[in-house]
Amino acid sequence: MYNYVEDGDSKTTAYVESDKEKYEAFMARIEAGEKIEADDWMPDDYRIALIKLISMHGISEIMGALPEKEWVPKAPTLRRKLGIMAKVQDEMGHGQLLLRVAEDLMKPLGKNRESLMKDLLNGDLKFHNVFHMPTKTWADAGMVGWLVDGAAIISQTNMLDASYGPYQRALQRICQEEVFHAQHGESIIMALAEGNEYQRSILQESLNRWWPSLLMFFGPASAETTGSSKQDIMIKYKIRKSNNEELRQAFLSKYMPRVFALGLTVPDETIRYDEKEEKWIYKQPDWEEFKQIIRNKGPRSKERLRLREIAYENNSWVREALATKAVTV
Amino acid sequence: MSQHIETAEQAKQDSTYLEALKELLFQLGDDDLIISFRGSEWLGLAPHIEEDVAYSSITQNTMGHAAMYYNLLDELGVGKADVLAHDRIPKQRRNGTYLEKRNGEGTYLEEPYYDWALAVVRNYLYEVFKKIKLEAIANSSYQPLAFVARKVLMEHPYHLAHWKLWMEQLQSATDESKKRINERVQEAWKEFEDVLELGPLANDMRSKQLIAIGEEEMKERWLEEVKSVLVDVPDSPLEKKYGNGRNGEHTTDLNQALDILSEVYASDKAAIW
Repeated sequence: MYNYVEDGDSKTTAYVESDKEKYEAFMARIEAGEKIEADDWMPDDYRIALIKLISMHGISEIMGALPEKEWVPKAPTLRRKLGIMAKVQDEMGHGQLLLRVAEDLMKPLGKNRESLMKDLLNGDLKFHNVFHMPTKTWADAGMVGWLVDGAAIISQTNMLDASYGPYQRALQRICQEEVFHAQHGESIIMALAEGNEYQRSILQESLNRWWPSLLMFFGPASAETTGSSKQDIMIKYKIRKSNNEELRQAFLSKYMPRVFALGLTVPDETIRYDEKEEKWIYKQPDWEEFKQIIRNKGPRSKERLRLREIAYENNSWVREALATKAVTV
Repeated sequence: MSQHIETAEQAKQDSTYLEALKELLFQLGDDDLIISFRGSEWLGLAPHIEEDVAYSSITQNTMGHAAMYYNLLDELGVGKADVLAHDRIPKQRRNGTYLEKRNGEGTYLEEPYYDWALAVVRNYLYEVFKKIKLEAIANSSYQPLAFVARKVLMEHPYHLAHWKLWMEQLQSATDESKKRINERVQEAWKEFEDVLELGPLANDMRSKQLIAIGEEEMKERWLEEVKSVLVDVPDSPLEKKYGNGRNGEHTTDLNQALDILSEVYASDKAAIW
């Protein structure tokens, strides 16, 4: 689950003058719908944008396991325990798949997975805004599956035809699995919505809690909001098709009717679909808060990073042991 | 005389048979439940991402095995599987005490200084035991149990191979990894024995042919197999330092585990989740 979030960084030029022909051939290929592979020539800003996109996506899958993991040991029935275990395992698997793709792209720059983990811990590599947020009840475990993964499906299916082959192929599998995740989440949500008063109350509270994060999920509508945006380059290089606001509108169109059908409300009395403008009108989330969150100043940023840091340091002896000769079986 | 009990209804005709069967099913289910719970606490904290994927897969399978045993108990009229998993006090639990031991310092939510050496040693020793026990019930007189055992045995070799590889790697790598594994093996020797036992109804389990071997043979086979992998085999006899889980004796670590695993369930027992 994930969406690309701009975090502000230096400009990279596409190519040096002597590579003009290569650049034109590259553009012709992607215009023709061809896929670019890891060893193909590619413009520098394409490579850099992909590394940022895919490493953030991959690390967000891994950090995204942490809020849900809080509920894995606590899931209320054996079936729910099995379901959420399988779900979070999938997310770790997505992280692994994506980091492998990012590693190949980073290789010419002399970076590897170790660098990614270090960048995460020192704050250079961001993870998605939703995973900085606290979970408080079992309803949050459902909400993450239903609406956070639902939002991820919207943004990821938008990249299913991405010009970079290894990423595009990984996304095929990820999107298929995300559909199961959304169903898993929806199943938890339905049980709560059809449940007793307590269950319905934790469900509504959970939606209220997640609402701003869900709007923020797709990133700001324009670069002015946060100071930088990669939307244009992503579209130019055919990595994705739609911009942030279009994705958010698609999300609202898909899920608002379902939210209302379950008798739930969202904490925005002004939200409505404007027939004339053919779009959802809604109260903007606090984009200043969003900026703080993705700079690791969200409510649970420190704690989640701390878990990864402990796992990393506490297991350093294991990594050292694995670096010695392999055991043959 | 060989017996074949095909259904729960048949099993209920013989109270000695039924009691021994229930006891055995609780041992199998409770062992898998608690070791799977300890595995689920590790999620997201394993030494590397590939291991996280592998370990959580094993943990998930193991929870699935526990669910199958509780379902067999459900069929015997003992109670709903979810109730059996979530709503029994420690005295009613039959898992081996070593399996309930905490993963290390801290909790899974805060400052989890978990010890990978414990995870490797515990899972390896457990999976060897599990294989031997499953093989001994693969031809159980209770057909539904024999069926489940054969099914679990199909997944099990992958679990065992996984932990065996870790044992071999860490025992032959750095001085630190050798030392850490050896310390956990020494510790396990003082705590593991009740896992290998069958509890107060062991004789009935044997005579009713629910299981093909007794405790002594289980211990022998287990020792033989783990000795082929352990570099330093402790010379002291096996002990059960924390009592006998097969008799319902447990440590406070089990309470801690049960509080977490039943937290949401217990928040409203009548609710449908």
